[in-house]
Amino acid sequence: MNHRRRRRFTLRGRRHRTGPVVEPSVLAPRDLLGESLAGMLQRPARSALTALGTVLGVGTFVAILGLTATTSSQIDSRFSVLTATEVNIEDIGIEQNEFVPLAFPKDADARMAKLAGVEHAGVYWTVDTRNTDATIRSSPIGDESTGERANIVAASPGVIEAAVPHVVQGRVYDAYAERTAQPVVMIGSGMAARLGITTLQTRPALFIGGRPFTVVAIIDDVKRKADLLLSVVVPRSTAEKIWGEPATGGAKMLVATRLGAAQQVAKLAPTALRPDHPEYFKAVPPPDPKTLRGNVTSDLQQLFLLLAAICLVIGAVGIANTTLVAVLERTGEIGLRRALGARGGHITIQFLAESGSLGALGGLIGTSLGTLTVVGVAVARDWTPVVHPTTVAAAPAIGLLTGLVAGLYPAWRASRIQPAEALRR
Amino acid sequence: MRANGGRRSSRGDDETVALRIPDGSPTPPRAGGPPTPPRVDGSPTPPPVIEFRQVGLTYPGPPPVPAFRPCDLTIEQGEFVTVIGPSGSGKSTFLNIAGLLDAPTEGTYLLDGIDTGTLKDGDRTALRGRRIGFVFQSFHLLPHRSARENVQLAMVYNGAPRAERGRRAQEALEQVGLGHRLDSLPTRLSGGERQRVAIARALVSRPSLLLCDEPTGNLDSRNADSVLGLLEQLHATGMTVLVITHDPAVASRGVRTVAIRDGVLREQVAV
Ligand SMILES: Nc1ncnc2c1ncn2[C@@H]1O[C@H](COP(=O)(O)OP(=O)(O)O)[C@@H](O)[C@H]1O
Ligand SMILES: [Mg+2]
Repeated sequence: MNHRRRRRFTLRGRRHRTGPVVEPSVLAPRDLLGESLAGMLQRPARSALTALGTVLGVGTFVAILGLTATTSSQIDSRFSVLTATEVNIEDIGIEQNEFVPLAFPKDADARMAKLAGVEHAGVYWTVDTRNTDATIRSSPIGDESTGERANIVAASPGVIEAAVPHVVQGRVYDAYAERTAQPVVMIGSGMAARLGITTLQTRPALFIGGRPFTVVAIIDDVKRKADLLLSVVVPRSTAEKIWGEPATGGAKMLVATRLGAAQQVAKLAPTALRPDHPEYFKAVPPPDPKTLRGNVTSDLQQLFLLLAAICLVIGAVGIANTTLVAVLERTGEIGLRRALGARGGHITIQFLAESGSLGALGGLIGTSLGTLTVVGVAVARDWTPVVHPTTVAAAPAIGLLTGLVAGLYPAWRASRIQPAEALRR
Repeated sequence: MRANGGRRSSRGDDETVALRIPDGSPTPPRAGGPPTPPRVDGSPTPPPVIEFRQVGLTYPGPPPVPAFRPCDLTIEQGEFVTVIGPSGSGKSTFLNIAGLLDAPTEGTYLLDGIDTGTLKDGDRTALRGRRIGFVFQSFHLLPHRSARENVQLAMVYNGAPRAERGRRAQEALEQVGLGHRLDSLPTRLSGGERQRVAIARALVSRPSLLLCDEPTGNLDSRNADSVLGLLEQLHATGMTVLVITHDPAVASRGVRTVAIRDGVLREQVAV
């Protein structure tokens, strides 16, 4: 009945003794969790206030890192390597002098190519076809309704190289075709299909307003200047010969530079093109992503991260204080638990689990609030919210760690309480 | 059955045995209480629940306080012993030693035949949790937990299977007459009911020994009477009960009474 004589010898063997050995006290993980949650929930308002510091700390941490990630990815999506190496030069000569509809010299490509850092450069404009028949057909005759309509783009070979086209068939026209104003065109695969051009083996022609052009290349992709895919592209000199210079300005230059050279190229290009009239050009370099990102990851971010750290410290002090108060308040309970068979270590881990849960709870709430902040800001700015998974995973862990560190001293104190003393109350 | 107060420097089994002789009976008489159930398997008689051999405790101080003078004491299974003494006489000190909450500074204490002096701290704790049920003057119930949860707490540290705990707690509460207050918070219970919950908690791990430190100290006489009645009932079912009190009326309920004064424990001759 009431005498359970458990005589057991431990496996490890207690060398000094062969007498009856007591089965050790235990604290199952589930019980530990239950006890610490009960301890935390028995004063919910106090626990909530205690967790507030951690909520703020972790929340700020997540919000700052999330906002940084969001803005960086925003910048990154706008500035791929391609855009970072692209300079556009506009012809504004007509604004300075109405008799200069085309400021780019004939050897513009060659002049730019000499500039350090330039990989490819070319002049292009859209041919003004308002006063001419620009219907595109695969045969010399036919009425207007049967033809295709598309932009006719005059582009020097440099433009095509800078655009990095993916050629399905044929070869893009080269400097020779440009120099000799060959009647050649490059078209997109969509246009080719509509015109019934399936192979370039037969050197098929297309007709623009009845004028024949040899199709030398069919492309299905470009890295830059996507509108080339939907246009009929002819050499600049050919276009000039047939349709004349762009009457109202509108010529532009596309320059592909080496990585990091874009700013320098933009600065030097007008002079390289027209040493006599550099003011005829406006070179538009890509915005420097480094400066942009620098703005984001600047002092302000560091200030906020510092604030987050301070909040965490305050949170830790709060948890430490509350746990210490709880330990003193619950001295009787500690004594009782010891009387019921709890070891000092069991008391320690119970209070550690309580402070850790408080920290983890604060961390979880903080992570949610921080993430919500990031989403809110991103939605308001029409951005894609980005919070790195590591941030989301680390944040509650930081809360937990804060709680555990904060609980170390109170938990140690709790384990040192002598049961006889504690029960005297 | 025998207590021997006084300062003794010499000790040993022979002397202890000699000291046990006075009342002459090899097995303790159990006047008023039922005998220990006979051992059907014919195994040897169980060791005493408590056996003090010149156990004493001096608080180190400074100044050192000899709160419990070395003495011999044997309490057999199934006894109902009351310990009476005025405030400050060393009753709680005695209970703390008996309950393994404090280690004696001298002598040998055998609990259920186990020499507690050789045990490591963790083993003493485990032994306490498994073999001893405590009942305190101030109940020591957790205020935010129901009666049942308070009783279940006693099974957390001694490895009772989770699935059994609810049922066992309920049985213990039914045993103390609180089967209808299972889910009440201690704050909603009367003093007497609270002490019954505490007794249920002490019982639920089926200890060898029930140690009660002034269990009626915070109760009015009617509640005190019913709690003592409950303890007597438990004794009747074979539980070893030790009640500490300063109240002669309470002490007189014991089958055997030991007096303590200025840290000196003496057997009190039954009137
Ligand atoms: N931790 C301690 N240190 C020193 N003296 C103590 C300590 N605990 C109790 N005492 C002293 O030991 C004596 C007995 O105390 P206690 O056993 O609590 O008496 P009782 O329970 O009979 O009222 C008292 O004089 C008390 O002051
Ligand atoms: Mg006392």
